[in-house]
Amino acid sequence: MTTSIEPLWRAAHGRTGDKGNRSNISVIAWHPALYPLLVAQVTESAVAQRFAHRRPARVQRFLLPSLHAMNFVLDDVLDGGVNDSLNLDSHGKALSFLLLDMPLEVPSELHVHLASIGPPTTSPHTQETPST
Amino acid sequence: MNKDVLRVGCAAGFSGDRTDAARPVVDALIESGGPSVLIFETLAERTLALAQIARRANPQLGYEPLLDEMLRPVLADCLAHGIRIVSNFGAANPRGAARRIAELAQELNLPAARIAVVSGDDVSGADHRDALNSGLQGALAGREVVSANAYLGAEPIASALTAGAQIVVCGRVSDPSLTVGPAIAHFGWRVDEWDRLARATMAGHLLECGAQVTGGYYADPGLKDVAGLARLGYPIAEIDLDGQCVITKPSGSGGRVDEHIVKEQLLYEVHDPSAYVTPDVVADLSDAQVRQVGGDRVLLHGVRGHPRTDSLKVNVCCASGWLAEAEISYAGARAEGRARLAAGIVRERLAGIGPLRVDLIGVSSVIADDAGHWLEAVPDSGATDVRLRMALRHADRAQAERLAREMVALYTCGPAGGGGVRTSLRPTLGTLSFLMQRRLVAPRYDFFDPQQERA
Repeated sequence: MTTSIEPLWRAAHGRTGDKGNRSNISVIAWHPALYPLLVAQVTESAVAQRFAHRRPARVQRFLLPSLHAMNFVLDDVLDGGVNDSLNLDSHGKALSFLLLDMPLEVPSELHVHLASIGPPTTSPHTQETPST
Repeated sequence: MNKDVLRVGCAAGFSGDRTDAARPVVDALIESGGPSVLIFETLAERTLALAQIARRANPQLGYEPLLDEMLRPVLADCLAHGIRIVSNFGAANPRGAARRIAELAQELNLPAARIAVVSGDDVSGADHRDALNSGLQGALAGREVVSANAYLGAEPIASALTAGAQIVVCGRVSDPSLTVGPAIAHFGWRVDEWDRLARATMAGHLLECGAQVTGGYYADPGLKDVAGLARLGYPIAEIDLDGQCVITKPSGSGGRVDEHIVKEQLLYEVHDPSAYVTPDVVADLSDAQVRQVGGDRVLLHGVRGHPRTDSLKVNVCCASGWLAEAEISYAGARAEGRARLAAGIVRERLAGIGPLRVDLIGVSSVIADDAGHWLEAVPDSGATDVRLRMALRHADRAQAERLAREMVALYTCGPAGGGGVRTSLRPTLGTLSFLMQRRLVAPRYDFFDPQQERA
């Protein structure tokens, strides 16, 4: 079986939220077939390592198989949180994209499900398809 | 038109959201024709403390500063079409907000509206001081409390609506309760129907950040494209008798509602997905599913509920000192090296003052940590347009001011070619949280009475 190394954003997307000094980052598979890959490789320790420079006190992973998603909760990574941090991004809103750059080993038969970057498909002035 | 559906539209996800969001939502609610509610969620963790400070300066204020801009375009139509308005835009002064709404109705020549004011969230007074002190285990010692508020639940909102309120003005209530309250009132649920409350809670959770569930905060050009971000449609939840919901948005508006977007928002600010705790219920997402059921229509189902806890979250804000920030730019050959040298000079001049953050904007603006571990480990990348930013917090204003002076002095004493110094100094607030016994908090509502206000 051949594999290649791909950035996580080709297999998943996510969003960061914050409460106090705690950050949560969702990792959501672009396709159900990619979910087992995420479970196997985007582990608590892999995520802790990714954020090592922020010294997380604890990283917890919650699995949501019915959503093909995972939720990571990182304790004490926001330098005190929105009221205490000196970071311009005191909420840590940019953190999900830091995680989505993590390398992922992807077997070739799953490549068909990976997202890829194309030219932007819409301009800001494009009319949305009307709702049904 | 399905009479068994309650439509809840959300026209604001935070204080500072687009103020022209409500009009298309209200138009869509009118077109749908069934029972409907418009909510505005405008209260983040810190917003209430800022509102409290505003109220101290002027007792008439302390509610959402953009209240007029939000309500003026839609108030007449909401009243005329029976669209109830529920919001936490009362902030630190719900009665003040109610007074302003009554005035606004008068200015617009509208009949007097039945406005309910929810109270009981403010626990900053003497009655609760013992509970605050024990809950925070001494952390309050020597600190000035700016605000202390318990997160109230849906019950006072539901009661006010059942009693005929057309507008319900709240201060601190949990964000999803703005949706759960109207659902309880409309469907006549008991407050221990945990599955139904949990489903409505997650509907409210999806709504509470406004456009974040309709394509806002999602776009990544080429990978996650979203059309029409400049005219995003804000969300509408169609909630059924069992609390299940379909998320949609006004037709013809910008943005999109799809499964991926709804999943991102479903998990936003969630920790343990099997126990999303609100004052109303403990919602369980373990078996939650989303399904596209039409264009810009996503169904959320499979949410379960567990009994609510016997405590309420309380946020306490204290004055915490001063935040000083200062910046200077370097450009051209060896710019990054000169910016790093400048940071080192300021560090040496301010040695011992406390944690001092360094960012090299152009190399890194947010990835690095306050302690500087990241920046230390990264060698000079040779960037040729770099803005040095330094920041520090200090309890003492005079100490905090030293950062600005040192940055300005780099003009003549620092590396070559530095320019564009900007400095700022702001008072800061710290937030502490704890759980208070539910029985110590007395949520209630009453109708705003302009006669009484004048008396």
